[in-house]
Parts: sequence; C-alpha cells; structure tokens
Amino acid sequence: MAGPRNISVSEASRPVLPRHAKLKYDETRKVWVILAPERVLAPDDIAVEVLQLCNGERNVGDVADQLAAKYAAPREAILADVIAMLQDLADKGFLTEIREKTS
Amino acid sequence: MSDVTIPPSDSLAVLEKQRSTAETFGIPLAVLLEITHRCPLQCPYCSNPVELDRSAKELTTGEWKKVLSELAEIGVLQVHFSGGEPTARKDLVELVKHASDAGLYTNLITSAVLLTREKLGDLADAGLCHVQISFQGIEEGLADRVAGYKGGHRKKLEVAKWTRELDLPLTVNAVMHRQNLHQLPDIVQMALDLDADRLEVANVQYYGWALKNRAALMPTVAQLDECTRIVEEARERLKGRLTIDYVVPDYYALRPKKCMGGWGRQFFNISPAGKVLPCHAAESITGLDFESVRSNHSIAWIWQNSEAFNRYRGTGWMKEPCKSCEFREIDFGGCRCQAFALTGDAANTDPACALSPLHETIFKQAEREAEGETNRFLYRNFAGGTLESENDA
Repeated sequence: MAGPRNISVSEASRPVLPRHAKLKYDETRKVWVILAPERVLAPDDIAVEVLQLCNGERNVGDVADQLAAKYAAPREAILADVIAMLQDLADKGFLTEIREKTS
Repeated sequence: MSDVTIPPSDSLAVLEKQRSTAETFGIPLAVLLEITHRCPLQCPYCSNPVELDRSAKELTTGEWKKVLSELAEIGVLQVHFSGGEPTARKDLVELVKHASDAGLYTNLITSAVLLTREKLGDLADAGLCHVQISFQGIEEGLADRVAGYKGGHRKKLEVAKWTRELDLPLTVNAVMHRQNLHQLPDIVQMALDLDADRLEVANVQYYGWALKNRAALMPTVAQLDECTRIVEEARERLKGRLTIDYVVPDYYALRPKKCMGGWGRQFFNISPAGKVLPCHAAESITGLDFESVRSNHSIAWIWQNSEAFNRYRGTGWMKEPCKSCEFREIDFGGCRCQAFALTGDAANTDPACALSPLHETIFKQAEREAEGETNRFLYRNFAGGTLESENDA
C-alpha cells in the first residue's frame, strides 16, 4: 500500500514522492515538473532540490542540514520553509513517507 | 508551487508561463486518446459523438504506437487512455507499455467492467500510473439502470479494490444528473471507503447523447445548489485526504465555461479513427474538416496549422455580443459545440452565457424539463440509440 494519508511533516519525517507522482525534467519547456493524476505541478528550484534530496532515507532534518550548509543560511529558517513546502505537497496527496516497520 | 489542474476528461492545461498563452499555442501537457468507441455500457450521457466510429475504422496497434512516440517527442507529458471503453482493445497493455517507455505518464479512464485482476496487474506492470473508474450511482439498482448494464456496479467496486491493492492511485468519476444527485453524499463516502485519492463530481454536459437525454437528466436549480453545498462541505472536511474536482452544468450559470480552455489553446484529443480534434465533441459541428494522424501531416503541424484548429482560435472569429465583450479572452465565448447544437452556428455566443439572446429561452426550457416527469433514457449504442422500456424507467 501507499504511505499513510494525512501526513504531518516534521523534522523527523522521511518523505518521498509516491509512485504516482513523478519528478521529471521537461525537455520541451525547460522546466521541472511533477506529474500526478490529471495534474502537472511546477515546482520551483528550491522545491526541486528538496525533492531530489527526499529519497526515503534522509529525514527532513537531514535535508535542512544539507541545504543550510550549501547556502550558508540559518538552519531554522530553511527547516521551516522545507516543512511548509512538503506539507503543501502532502496536502495535495503527492507525498508519502517511509515509516519503521512496527512488527 | 503552482498547480496546473487538468480538469476531468476534457480541458487539459498548458503549463502557463508568466506571459500566459494568449499569443502562443504550445503543445498541450496532456492528450486524450479515445482508442475505441466500443463499450459494453450504454450511458445516456456518453461524451462520444452520436455518430460512433466502428471498429474497422480504428487505428491499428502500430498506428497508435507511432502516435504515442510522436506525442512524447513533441512535448506531451501525459496521455489518457479513454474511449468508449479502452479495455475493449486487446492491445491496451502493449500500448500502455509503449507510452511508458516513451516517458509518458499514463492514465486509464475506464468503466472497469471488462477488467480482470490479472489484466489490471499487467497494466500496472506495463507502467500504468493512475486509474479512473466511472460510477453511475451508489447502489446497483440505479447505477446498473443508468449504465444499461447488469452487474456493472458490483464489478466496478471490485476493480476499485484491486486498483488500491496494486498500489495504483484511484479516481472515482461520478457523473451527476437529476436522477442520481440525491446520492451525492453517499458517493463521497463511497470514494473514501474505496480509498480513492480523487473524486470527480461531474455534472452532465449537454451535447451529443446527453442532449438527446436532456429531459431525463437535467437537474433542478435547487438540486444544483445542494450539490454545490455538499461539494464545498466535503472539500473542507476532507482536505489532504480526498481531492474533489467539480464540474457544474453550465445551463444555470450566467457566464459560460471556458470550454477546453479555449478552442485549440490547451487541448486536443485523438478519435478512434485517428482524427485530431479540438474537443471530443467537435465532430458534431458539421462543415469542419478534421485532419487525421493517417494524413501526411505531423500531429504538431495539425495542432498549429490545420484549418479546424484555427477556425475558432483566439477572438478573431467572434461575432457580437462576444466580439466587443470584456470577457472575450476569459471564456472565449463558451463552448463551440454547444453553440452549434443550440443555435446552428458554432460562431454564435454559447447560449449558456447570459449575454446570448437565446439564454433566457434555453434556461426556461431547462427549468421546465427539470420539473418534468420524463425519466426514460435513450441508451447509447452503435444503432443510434435505444429507448428504455417504459417499465424500467
């Protein structure tokens, strides 16, 4: 089954795009897109970078660490932006997360 | 993040650049492929033309593969396999595989009644990304009667369950009209119970078969208001859980819909016989010649240069009251097929618009029909339709 519904993105979440949301570079229009059922989303550059880091192994905190180091920017501000962006995607149904097996 | 919505089975959006698409007609993001008109269902509001393409005219497997490759090459990102009933074609798995290999995102728009668990698994393995199943109601009495197909509703529920078991996202498409609008709250619940990601609440659009059945389908104003209220309440309550797309019937609107996002601006579809069309009802407009993928022209050429695509593009073709209207680039005069069907001239203002001289007459007529007692359907088939028996209606 796909990931749980109603995801609440936090620093510890390990988000990943589900099988039906595909991040792809559109060669014709020279933009990144997320292909989803009956929708095409146009993520901005930062969103693309975040999503490329979200591989199901890194958690949101790790992603914020990497971006803070790369852009020499305050981690707290970046973390808040990353969570907001991912939550928006989750609310649209285009994000899932990896959870530890409990059994 | 901007969200370019591709509304149900018709208008498909172009990824709009800042300067918008007013003067450019980029290749659409998504294309509807009506790979066959054959269908075991007989829904009286079918969006296919009344003149259906017979199977002998259908493009071959090889021709469809060539079309898919060409679409991917010119920048189309998504294809919708639709019909008729797309699973009526034996080569569907092969076509989905070909599309996936070409990098296209593939949607299946199906009635589901011909699918087996194995076939659906094969489609998933071939790279299918999304399944949309149509429902005609909430229980088999009404649903099977509307579809003209016994046992259909039960089969759809089963296929919806398989879809989720295979981890494919599911859209429930519910076509709404006077005879099933009272079931809408239960349809929302059904979509949740089936673990759907999306629900399309699509009020019937009245051309082709639906126009022939208008008196049996047209809702009352009160029903529509209630429908809108239910959708708004459910959207709020189910945010993040179920996306609800809503298509209203335009008869009761004051402003017409921006049909297809404007003629030849954001959308085309390909008919079973390979015609490249500005909308799936376009062949109902007589006097227009549509180019085929079987011609010597490329699909991109047909989109850019063919006479039919350019006839109603932009605003140059308009007459009054559209011509001087401040909304002319907002709704592009509404729907050309509806204008043709109701006024005899596709260049007239769509009577759904309050500024059309015919609006009042048509609105009144719809209101009368909605209050009427006629519930009998004219079922869709290759024989030009069959009237429902009086005892069943």
